Amino acid sequence: MTGQLYLIAEVAGRTVAIDSDQVESVVDIGEVTAVPRAPKAVRGLAALRSRVVTVVDTEAALGLNGCTLARRAVITQIDGHHYAMLVDTLDDVAPFELRPLASGIALEGNWRAAARGIVERDGEPVLVVDLTAMVPAPSLLS
Amino acid sequence: MVTPGNFHRGPMDDLLQDFIAETRETLEALSGEIVAWESHPGDRARLDAIFRFVHTVKGSCGFLDLPRLERLAHAAEDVLAQVRDGARTPDRALVNAVLAVVDRIGEIVEAIDAGAALDHSGEELLIAALAEGSDEIVLPTPVAQRAPARSVRLGVELLDRMMNGMSEMVLARNELARRLRSRDIDPAVEAALERLSLTVGEMRDTVTRTRMQKIDALFSPLPRMVRDTAAGLGKSVALQVDGADVELDREMIEVMRDPLVHIIRNAIDHGLEAPAERRAAGKREVGRLSVSARQSGNQIIVEIADDGRGVNVERLIQKLAATGVRSERDLRALPEHAKLELMFHPGLSSKDSVSEVSGRGVGMDVVKASIDQIGGRVELDNIPGKGLRIAIHVPLTLSIISAIIVGAGKQRFAIPRQSIEEIVSERGEAIRIDLLGGTPIATVRSRRMPLLDLGELLELCPDRELHGPRMLVIVCAGAGSYALAVDTVLDNEELVIKPASPAVMAAGVYAGQTLPDSGLPMLLLDCAGMARAGGLDFSRDLDAAFGDEGAEETAPGLPALLFDDLDGVRRAVPLAAVDRVEKVAAAQVQMAAGSYRLAIDGRIVPLALQGSLDGRERLSVLRLKDEDVEVAYAIDEAIEIITLPADIAPARTPGAAAGVALVEGEQIELLDVLWVFDMHVDRIAARDAPLCLLTGDKDGWLSTFVRPLLETAGYRVADSLSPGEAPAVVLAADAGMSPAAGDAPVVRLRRKRQADPGDDSVYRYDRAGLLFALEARLAGGERY
Repeated sequence: MTGQLYLIAEVAGRTVAIDSDQVESVVDIGEVTAVPRAPKAVRGLAALRSRVVTVVDTEAALGLNGCTLARRAVITQIDGHHYAMLVDTLDDVAPFELRPLASGIALEGNWRAAARGIVERDGEPVLVVDLTAMVPAPSLLS
Repeated sequence: MVTPGNFHRGPMDDLLQDFIAETRETLEALSGEIVAWESHPGDRARLDAIFRFVHTVKGSCGFLDLPRLERLAHAAEDVLAQVRDGARTPDRALVNAVLAVVDRIGEIVEAIDAGAALDHSGEELLIAALAEGSDEIVLPTPVAQRAPARSVRLGVELLDRMMNGMSEMVLARNELARRLRSRDIDPAVEAALERLSLTVGEMRDTVTRTRMQKIDALFSPLPRMVRDTAAGLGKSVALQVDGADVELDREMIEVMRDPLVHIIRNAIDHGLEAPAERRAAGKREVGRLSVSARQSGNQIIVEIADDGRGVNVERLIQKLAATGVRSERDLRALPEHAKLELMFHPGLSSKDSVSEVSGRGVGMDVVKASIDQIGGRVELDNIPGKGLRIAIHVPLTLSIISAIIVGAGKQRFAIPRQSIEEIVSERGEAIRIDLLGGTPIATVRSRRMPLLDLGELLELCPDRELHGPRMLVIVCAGAGSYALAVDTVLDNEELVIKPASPAVMAAGVYAGQTLPDSGLPMLLLDCAGMARAGGLDFSRDLDAAFGDEGAEETAPGLPALLFDDLDGVRRAVPLAAVDRVEKVAAAQVQMAAGSYRLAIDGRIVPLALQGSLDGRERLSVLRLKDEDVEVAYAIDEAIEIITLPADIAPARTPGAAAGVALVEGEQIELLDVLWVFDMHVDRIAARDAPLCLLTGDKDGWLSTFVRPLLETAGYRVADSLSPGEAPAVVLAADAGMSPAAGDAPVVRLRRKRQADPGDDSVYRYDRAGLLFALEARLAGGERY
C-alpha cells in the first residue's frame, strides 16, 4: 500500500492524522514563556536550541475549553515562523490514503476548519487535520 | 509631472546612472560575442552586436559629456563600419585593437561609477592601433588591470544560517561559562573563555551587519516611479524623500518593496486629486507626497504621507456592507480606527472606477499581510479631505539591541533602551502619582504624563512577595511620552531580536522575541503598541509631516475674493490665485488676433473676460499669477474677501465655473482659475517659444536624446504638427533628407564626423554645434 505518510496523534482526546509534509520534527517542550494578551490558543514561547517557537495549544485552537497539559509537540513551519503544536500523544507514522469526508458529516466547532479528510487505520476512520488552520491568525475584524 | 528639483539626483545624474548600468549589462552580455568574434572574425552577427554596442556608447556619451569614452567608441565604430562595408577585413590586428577598446570602455565606465580617476595613458595608442596597417597590439590583459573583485553575492538563506549558527554559538558560550563558574576554575581557562567571549561578540556584530542595507535601495527608484505614475494619471506630484540612509535588514527591504510601491501608487491614484479638484479645494495644484524612514527604538518607521483627499470611511463601510461580509450596523459600531482599518479588507478598493495604475485587484490587504509577515504593523492617520498618512512599523530584525529587562508579576520583559528616557522610583523625590477621575497620571519633576501599569496592562497576577515600590520607566512612544510602572528593573542586556509569529504580534504590544542567555524566551515590548493598548491618545497632526507649509491648509475654509463680473454675475475666486486687483483704462485693452490683451507695466498680458467691455472707460482687472505665467481677468468691481464653505458643488461641465458655493444664503459661482490659465496661457506660450519639428526620427534618437536638450534650451518640440501650426525650425535626422518644411529653415544631422564639402549638416553628437545651428538659422532665417 502506497500513500502519503501521516503522523497519528491524539489531540484533545481524539485521534487525528497529520500530513508528515507539515511536520518538521517532534519534540518535548521545555519551559514556556507566557504571552499576555495573545489569543487564547497561543500558549507561549519556547526555546528549541537557539530558535524560539510559538507554542500553540491545540485544544484551545479547536475551540475546546481544555488547557492541555501535554508537553510533546509537533514542530511545523508556516510563513517562515515555527510553531510547536501541542499533542497529547504520538502513536504512529504510516502511509495512508487520503479520502474525503463522507457526505452529510458535519463536524462541530473549529474541527470543521481544520479537517482535510479522513484516513482509515485498521478500519477506524481517523480525521486528517491541517496544522496551518490551527494556528491563530490575526484576523482583521476580530 | 514631478519637477526635477524634487529629485535627489538631477535628471542628468539619472541618465548617467542608467548609462553606466546599461553599458555594464551590455558588456556582460557581449563578452560571449567578443570571444566568438575573436575566433570567427567573419561572423556578421557578432560584428553587428559589437558595432551596436560602440554605437550606443558613442551616442550616449555625446549627450552625457563624456568626451573620452566618446572618442574611443567613435574610433571603434568607424573601423567596424568599414568592416561592415567590406572596406576592411577583420584581421587579427583589427580584432585585437577593437577588443582592447571595448575593454577600455568597460574600465572607464567602472571608474566613472566609482568616481575614481583613470589615467589617459595608452588611449591614443589604442585608437592608433585601429588604423589600417598598424602593428598588431598586444592585448593588454584586461583582467589584471581591473580592480580585483572585493564583493561576492550571497543568498539570504546562507546569511540566515550564519546568523542562526552565530546565535547557537553565543548560547553554547553562555552554557560553558555557567558550568565553568559553578566550580573553581584555572585562571588560564578563564582567560581563554574571556577571549572566546570577545571573539564571539565581535563575530556576532559582523554577521549582523552583513544583513543590513541602506533603505535607499528601496527609495531610489521612487522619484521615477512617482513621476511616471503621476504622468499617466495627468496629476502633478512633488515627492519628498527623507531618511534614505537608515539601515534595515536586507530581507525586510525585499519584503517592503511591493507594499511600498503599492501604497505610493494608491496615494497618487486614489489619494491625490486631479489638479482642478485640488485647486477647487484650495490646495496647491501640485500634490505632495512624502516618504520617509527613521529609526525609533528597535523599529524602523517608514511613513508615506499625502495631502490628498484622505480615505472616505463612509464609502468603505457602504462597500463592505454591500459585499455582505458584515452588516452595516456591525461596521458602524466599530471604533473609528477599526473603521479606517477596513481599508485592509480583502478585495476592497476605495475608488469605484478601476484605473490602470492601482486597480489590478491587489488591495491593501496584501500590503498588510506582507507587513504582518515580518512582524510589522501599519498605522493609519486619516484626515478626510486633507490627506492620509500610512506609517509602516517594522522591527529591526536580527539586529542586536540594547535593552533593559524589567519584571512584572512573575515574568520578565525587555524594553528597548532607545525608547527609555529615564527610570525613576515611584517613591522618588519630585515624583507624584495621582488619579484624575479614574485615570492614573504621573508627575515627574513637574512634567505630567499618563501612567500605565505593565502588570495590569498584561493582566499578570502581581507577585505578592515583591510588592515594594514600583519603578517608573519613562518611555517615548514616538508621538508622546508616558510612564510605565513595572515591579522591578533587573538588568541591562544586549539582545538578538527576531520577529515574533503573527499570532504573537496580534497581541499588539510586542515588537519581537529574543532568547537571552538564560535560555528562556523573552518578549520585547513595543512602547507605542502599549500606549495604544492602554488607550493613550497622542494623535498627531498630519500636517506636521509637511512642516509649516501645511499650516495654510488648516485654516478654516478657503479665503476668496467676491466680485461682480462684467456680465453682471456675482462670482468668487480663490484669494491665493489673485496676485492683485488693479484699475485700468479701457484703452489699455486691445482685441488682437482673436483674443484680448492688456498692456500693463510695459508688458502685454493676456486678458480673460466673461461679458463685454463695450461702453466702459475704466475697468478692474484681477491679476492672476501661477509661477511665471500671468493672466488678467476683467471684472466690474471687487466686493470683499469672504471665506468659502468646505462644500462646493462642482460644475457639471468644464468651463469658466469650477462650481457653486453657498455664501450667506446666496449661490456664488466660483471662477475656475485653471480654466482661465488653460484657455489663455498656452497660446501665448505657443507664440513665445519657437517650435522645432523633428522629422525622419526612425530610430527614436531625436525624441530620446535630442528632445530633452532642445526643451532645456527653450524650444517647443513636436514630431508632428497640429493643424495651423507652423514650425520655426525643422530638424532632420538624416543629412540626405529634404523634409517638407514650408518656410521654416532646416537643420540636418549627419552621422559622419567630417562634413563633405558644401554640406551644412551638423554632426549628430555635437550638441553645442546643433544648438548653435538652430539659433543661427532661426535668427538669420537662412534657407538651405
